Amino acid sequence: MGKFKKNKEEIITAYLCVLPWSLGLSIFIIGPIIASLIFSFMDYSVVLPPKFIGLANYKKMFFGDPLLWKSLYNTLYMTVIGVPLNIILSLSVALLLNQKVKGEAFFRTIFYLPSVVPQVAMSLLWMWILNPQVGLVNYILSLFGIKGPMWLASEQWAKPAFIIMGLWGIGGNMVIFLAGLQNIPQHLYDAATVDGANIWQRFKYVTLPMLSPTIFFVLVMGIIGTLQIFTQAYIMTAGGPMDATLFYVYHLFNKAFRDFHMGYASAMAWFLFIIIFAATMLNLKLAPKWVYYEAE
Amino acid sequence: MNLKKLISKIIVYFLIVLGGFSFILPFIWTVSTAFKPDEQIFLFPPKWIPKPPTIIHFKEVFEFVPFGLLYRNTVILTLLNIAGILFSCPLAAYAFAKLRWPGRDVLFIVTLATMMLPPQVTMIPQFLIFRRLGWLNTMLPLWVPSFFGNAFNIFLLRQFFMTLPRELDDAARIDGCSFFGIFWRINLPLIIPAITAVTIFTFMGTWNNFIGPLIYVRSYSAMPLSLGLRMFQEAYSAEWGALMAASLMMILPVILVFFFLQKYFVQGISLTGLKG
Repeated sequence: MGKFKKNKEEIITAYLCVLPWSLGLSIFIIGPIIASLIFSFMDYSVVLPPKFIGLANYKKMFFGDPLLWKSLYNTLYMTVIGVPLNIILSLSVALLLNQKVKGEAFFRTIFYLPSVVPQVAMSLLWMWILNPQVGLVNYILSLFGIKGPMWLASEQWAKPAFIIMGLWGIGGNMVIFLAGLQNIPQHLYDAATVDGANIWQRFKYVTLPMLSPTIFFVLVMGIIGTLQIFTQAYIMTAGGPMDATLFYVYHLFNKAFRDFHMGYASAMAWFLFIIIFAATMLNLKLAPKWVYYEAE
Repeated sequence: MNLKKLISKIIVYFLIVLGGFSFILPFIWTVSTAFKPDEQIFLFPPKWIPKPPTIIHFKEVFEFVPFGLLYRNTVILTLLNIAGILFSCPLAAYAFAKLRWPGRDVLFIVTLATMMLPPQVTMIPQFLIFRRLGWLNTMLPLWVPSFFGNAFNIFLLRQFFMTLPRELDDAARIDGCSFFGIFWRINLPLIIPAITAVTIFTFMGTWNNFIGPLIYVRSYSAMPLSLGLRMFQEAYSAEWGALMAASLMMILPVILVFFFLQKYFVQGISLTGLKG
């Protein structure tokens, strides 16, 4: 920017172009951010006027709400186990499809298709698939002589059930990985082959480093998304059994729209922001250790 | 060596076919359930082919809930959201990418910064705003904001405008074209793939949106499919045939759109991965 000839028409056009967004940004984002921050220091039940209570919400969050920590644990469980599994599976499928197989487009469509299924419909489908008595999963397990668990009705298996269901939706990440793989120049593989690298070495020394920026992107987005998991739990388990699938945003939703503790829920939202921010910063900090950026 | 290659080819195909089959199986299972007479649904081991196939569950869906109304609401919401996003986002993206005006960089940085914020932070004040406006239990909170833009879409489109050569704009300027004319006649046609991607994302997002309707809508008159399906499930949790039929009817338009616009879907997703 800096010195440019001020052009009146250009400036007026620009302001008209960004007018809707500047309004939207102020009314629906910046304003609510400020309001939310203020609410987090207040007791506000919507029907009664808000009352300033200092740090009481935050104090209660950290010392007086064991359910919050349970929900945070559940959410981190999904993140720490679900996100890596998701990346491993989507990358494996992308690698397989990238082997110049016949019918790549056909198989790509099949693997991608589940990820366009709306979440509510997906939840209903999987409730039926995971039905302990007559569901598809336990039927297939029974073919191998395994008696399947109670899945969504089991405190121990409900979260793994959500993770399995999530793996059905790897299509988006798979497509991103495929695009990344197709961007790796062939001459790198040729050079590695000339040097006598076998398939595993080519994967380890060419594919992985060249793909690491893509993996990084998928990892960061996956973590942010999983920390906000809500819909599946609301529909499939209502947070149960024994709060095993009460996730952080679900707890926040309950506080805000079931109990109408708007102030407390606002404080919870800010804590979530801090968690997401910290996770992202940690990722950025760790990135130089494993993410390879080509010198320009 | 050749044998080794053959074996690895066989393994690759085996894994792909096995994986593909397990990914398609839930769909087959759903379709099978939706067309099964009630007494066959709970058979174990299950029968895959309904005998005889019945469409009774699809009829039931319309008897149990006002499914046509829910469908209509969803279509209206989707169209309004697409219209809103296409009205607000390309213009703002163009101004950020191509025009020079005071305040541009600050506003852009603020725009980027808000993308970091989880929507839960703004959710409660937004609810209170719409409540104050008397918009609860109407569709308004679910589409009006789209006319005011969305940071992610603006960012994505801006990245595309940035890749267009400035020489085109300059040439048009010399020919006396206005800045808006440059946007409309020169830049916009060149980023149609990105516009298509944004349209698809908006369609998917609206069709999918659950927490929004859950917060704002109570009655069927303003309710979209996502929440309607949930109400249906709450009331008829054992009617698996009808539930699967309803789910299929919700999924079908998305799959149709996907098949028609497959190229753009894939393009859009990989572009967010590379540009984002």
